[in-house]
Amino acid sequence: MELTRRDALAVLVAAGAGSLAGCAAPRASDGDAGTGDAGDAGPVPVGDSEMETLVAVAEVVYPSAVDGVPKFVRTYTGGRVDADDAYARGVAAAVGSLDEYAEEFHGDRYAALSESTRREALDYMSVDVVDPVPDGTAAQRVRHYVVNELLYAFYTSPTGAGLAGLENPPGHPGGTESYREGPGR
Amino acid sequence: MSDGPADESAAAPDRTPSPRADVCVVGAGPAGSLVAARLSRAEYDVVVLDAGPRFDPDERSDRMERHLRPGLDEPIWGMGGERDAYSSSGGRSYPLNAARVKGVGGSTLHWQGMVMRLHEQDFELDSSVGLGADWPLDYEDLRPYYAAAERELNVSGASDNPFAPPRERPHPLPAFPPSYSDSLFAEACETLEIATHSVPNARNSEPVDGQSACVGYGTCDPVCPSGAKYDATRHVERAEANGARVLDRVPVQRLEHDGAGDRVTAAVYATPDGEEHRQTAREFVVAAGGVETPRLLLLSASEAYPDGLANSSGVVGRYFMDHLFAGVGGTLDEPTRQKHVGFNTTESHQFYDRPDDSRTAIKLEFLNYAGPAPADVALGADVFGDALLERVRDAYGNRVAMGALVEQLPRAENRVRLDPSRTDDHGNPVPDVVWSLDDRTRRTLERANEIQRAVLTEMGADVKWTVGPENTGPAYHHMGTTRMGTDPKTSVVSPRLRTHDLSNLTLAGSSVFVTGGAMNPTLTIAALALKAADHVSERL
Ligand SMILES: Cc1cc2nc3c(=O)[nH]c(=O)nc-3n(C[C@H](O)[C@H](O)[C@H](O)COP(=O)(O)OP(=O)(O)OC[C@H]3O[C@@H](n4cnc5c(N)ncnc54)[C@H](O)[C@@H]3O)c2cc1C
Ligand code: SF4
Repeated sequence: MELTRRDALAVLVAAGAGSLAGCAAPRASDGDAGTGDAGDAGPVPVGDSEMETLVAVAEVVYPSAVDGVPKFVRTYTGGRVDADDAYARGVAAAVGSLDEYAEEFHGDRYAALSESTRREALDYMSVDVVDPVPDGTAAQRVRHYVVNELLYAFYTSPTGAGLAGLENPPGHPGGTESYREGPGR
Repeated sequence: MSDGPADESAAAPDRTPSPRADVCVVGAGPAGSLVAARLSRAEYDVVVLDAGPRFDPDERSDRMERHLRPGLDEPIWGMGGERDAYSSSGGRSYPLNAARVKGVGGSTLHWQGMVMRLHEQDFELDSSVGLGADWPLDYEDLRPYYAAAERELNVSGASDNPFAPPRERPHPLPAFPPSYSDSLFAEACETLEIATHSVPNARNSEPVDGQSACVGYGTCDPVCPSGAKYDATRHVERAEANGARVLDRVPVQRLEHDGAGDRVTAAVYATPDGEEHRQTAREFVVAAGGVETPRLLLLSASEAYPDGLANSSGVVGRYFMDHLFAGVGGTLDEPTRQKHVGFNTTESHQFYDRPDDSRTAIKLEFLNYAGPAPADVALGADVFGDALLERVRDAYGNRVAMGALVEQLPRAENRVRLDPSRTDDHGNPVPDVVWSLDDRTRRTLERANEIQRAVLTEMGADVKWTVGPENTGPAYHHMGTTRMGTDPKTSVVSPRLRTHDLSNLTLAGSSVFVTGGAMNPTLTIAALALKAADHVSERL
């Protein structure tokens, strides 16, 4: 199942970052560097390295049958980050915490770990069981800003929720035809 | 009537009183804003005072995300906190702040948007089956106002309901066609000889008046980002376009009256800077919802009205009613296609009218949003990747559920009163919602569950849960607390919605309902608000 840029844009539009997503190129989504100048907002806190970590997390929290994860994550996160500085700082800080944890306990930054170690790292850090809390502990912030952010993007997109049979999930303005269609549509 | 100064734009943050208002409306929910839109169109000088803020329409998508994502716990519409403090007693706890919104648009910002007319029997319950009480007006009196209210709310509906009271013309917009799961229910209902039909919805099935058609966000309750679902900001905008002033964040503290106690002279309101102002007017309309309307009257007690303004009957706050939810849900061994939209498309009113005094009204609903959505499961899961997808597939996909609203009859002991032991952010005693269930309501809840179980069983569903007499909750429809009647000794307002005690005080909203039926109340609220506006206009 291929996740597309379109899927990411659909979630962004629904999330109200649509005006940015509609532009030819959301700034951070093309993510050249973490120090890129984003005008008045100062350096973009979510740069290449942060994006890599997000993609690395997505690869373990999304189902394995899904392709196109890097582009989806970059487009989605880029749109969000560009639209909201506070959000961008929250994501960057949570990614930082995850990388610190990975380095301390697994000897390398998160994105550099093998897939199975990345999976383990989330469990060892208790990200699987904590509540998402934007200003909580490191694990709670990782759950909120990293894992749930990615899961929200995925499972409110037509492709992600579509894997469970719901191509027009809550949060997605998928029209008023699909609710009438049977499973064999 | 005076000419409202043209430069007095409602968008200005000026919260000082209007010098020569004809009408002061308290509350900018559907009741208040319909009155304001109507009277300002007739060129009266109208001021609307609302306790809550003006919400930025551009923030609706954020609110939707807050609703869909755990962890973003800030209340969707800012309810809670000292401003909204309340008590709950009487046996059943009442979650008041889940049941209302304070702000321009009122509780319709959050509502679901089902809108149906009451039945003829609802207005004559006592004389027809010996239950509750009769209204002092009948369906025919309200019928033209129902038609007008349907136009105001752009109701999407069809005339396929064999149980509905007579209507004069089709709904303004076509009904939303039935869902896929409706077709599964329909088969079972046919076998059980239960007639099903469409649901009138205050959401646009087609684009109209520059508003979007429903685009299927599926988050109607608590927020519609597209604006396809009706909310009262539409009538606030119309009122403002007609020259009315709508002030936000100005909770009215009390109403003052003249020496004789015949007329209200001013609404005293607080502004965010801590000042108090007096808005004078020729006519006052209180439309603050089924809890705050009686509370404001009780807070306005005076020497002439020691038990509360307009309360010489002693029934202000009494006869509080809500609708009770009954539900049964389960799973089928086939996909049921839930959660594409956030509203229902099929109901049955077959069990609505009461055959005798053994039970109250039941309105059956066939849900289009049974069970969790994929994101609900994923965001709270303790597994990731393929295991998570498995879990999402297990939880989403084959759920079915029926709901019902059940009528509760008016009883004097259920009431809204002041709790002198607690105060709000302005030092006013908070409302205490005294609420309990009687045996007839319990029996009717059981009957609703019985029908629901029969339908689900006929479908071959594995029944997983029941909401009945033990775990029921309110549907967030506060009714009855300033009841209408012809006798000033036993009622608060006349059939013209004016208080018996004060000649220029009108109450608009479900607080004037004598009985509540089991229909969602807002179409009736809107019809009564339009009627109230006509009577106010006659006096101006
Ligand atoms: C979750 C939910 C779902 C619902 N679904 C449906 C449905 O499907 N169909 C239906 O018919 N109904 C539904 N309702 C009920 C519906 O929202 C109400 O019936 C309707 O909004 C009542 O209108 P109103 O104008 O009387 O009061 P409200 O809409 O509650 O507005 C009252 C206004 O008065 C203001 N106010 C209060 N006190 C003061 C004061 N002292 N000074 C100044 N202003 C004050 C408040 O700030 C508020 O804005 C639902 C409600 C909820 C909460
Ligand atoms: S499904 Fe509900 S929230 Fe979505 S557009 Fe329609 S009315 Fe609005």
